[in-house]
Amino acid sequence: MARKSRKAPEINASSMADIAFLLLSFFLVTTTMDTDIGIFRRLPPPLDPTQKPPEIKKRNIFTILINKNDRLLINGQEGDIDQLMDEAKEFLSNPANLPNLPEKREEYIPLLGNYPVSKGVISLKNDRGTSYNMYIQVQNELARAIDKLRDELSMQKFGIHFNNLKDTSYINAIQKAIPVSISEAEPENVGGQ
Amino acid sequence: MARFKKEVSKETPKPSTASLPDIIFLLLIFFMVSTTMREVTPLVKIRKPYATEVQKLEKKSLVSYIYIGQPLNAKLGTESRIQLNDRFATVGDIQDFVIAERERRTEADRPLLTTSLKVDKFTKMGIVTDVKQELRKANALKINYSTLKKTNPRQM
Repeated sequence: MARKSRKAPEINASSMADIAFLLLSFFLVTTTMDTDIGIFRRLPPPLDPTQKPPEIKKRNIFTILINKNDRLLINGQEGDIDQLMDEAKEFLSNPANLPNLPEKREEYIPLLGNYPVSKGVISLKNDRGTSYNMYIQVQNELARAIDKLRDELSMQKFGIHFNNLKDTSYINAIQKAIPVSISEAEPENVGGQ
Repeated sequence: MARFKKEVSKETPKPSTASLPDIIFLLLIFFMVSTTMREVTPLVKIRKPYATEVQKLEKKSLVSYIYIGQPLNAKLGTESRIQLNDRFATVGDIQDFVIAERERRTEADRPLLTTSLKVDKFTKMGIVTDVKQELRKANALKINYSTLKKTNPRQM
């Protein structure tokens, strides 16, 4: 009788690579790389037709019009996208408390104490013929202005960049002090589809 | 002393493939972590605009997508169309779509539902505005304009 070997026979693992390849190709085919990023906005709730829009003082409104040729009209003057951020920033912060820029309302905010919150509203109006790309560029510039202001306030009060804030109570305080006040008017059909 | 000379095989030894599965598994795990499952097959051409101030969409399960762009099939013309789930739709279908998306989520998740607008950058705003008005009527107020990230704001 032949002696049996003591060692257990090794399992053949050569097909393991094939199995792994199969799984790999499955994932390559069914998945996509792109992570979803974008600009977040909150739409206003549907309007009650009987309710009249609130009266807003002229100094508290910053109007931006975009026409069908993607040209900008900023506060009644033809403007360029490059100057939009600085103008929006100045409008929202009103650092020198000028009489032609928006009023401020003292408001108690936890962690910040009494903070003068701007009453300014940016009114964005676009034509039906405006390109989506231009609209996003304008939204992006406005978001940049708000982000810069928040960052400055965060640096001044907490000494940390706004993007690096981790505690939600701090983030909420800053967001309350500098709200995203962009109002979008009902579109007008001037330039056609 | 020829007795002690080992016999050398004439053939070249085969390279060991024992670590091949490990390498492939590593690749596999990399792809599993870095990619996401494809949502729908696109029927419209989406060239996303660039933006700098972007935020990441946090929870994929709480996002519903609306695609707007030119149809990929040239026979359908160049007019921008709306795509919901795997088919073309009209502006009137959006409210039903939002309600159906809401039904799919649990009660607790419904207020957190975000609508991601994936819109081609050469689309005119008219159709986008119509979609936004419908979303307002359906009370789906949290929206996200899907963009690509550009680090330098001066080249757009």
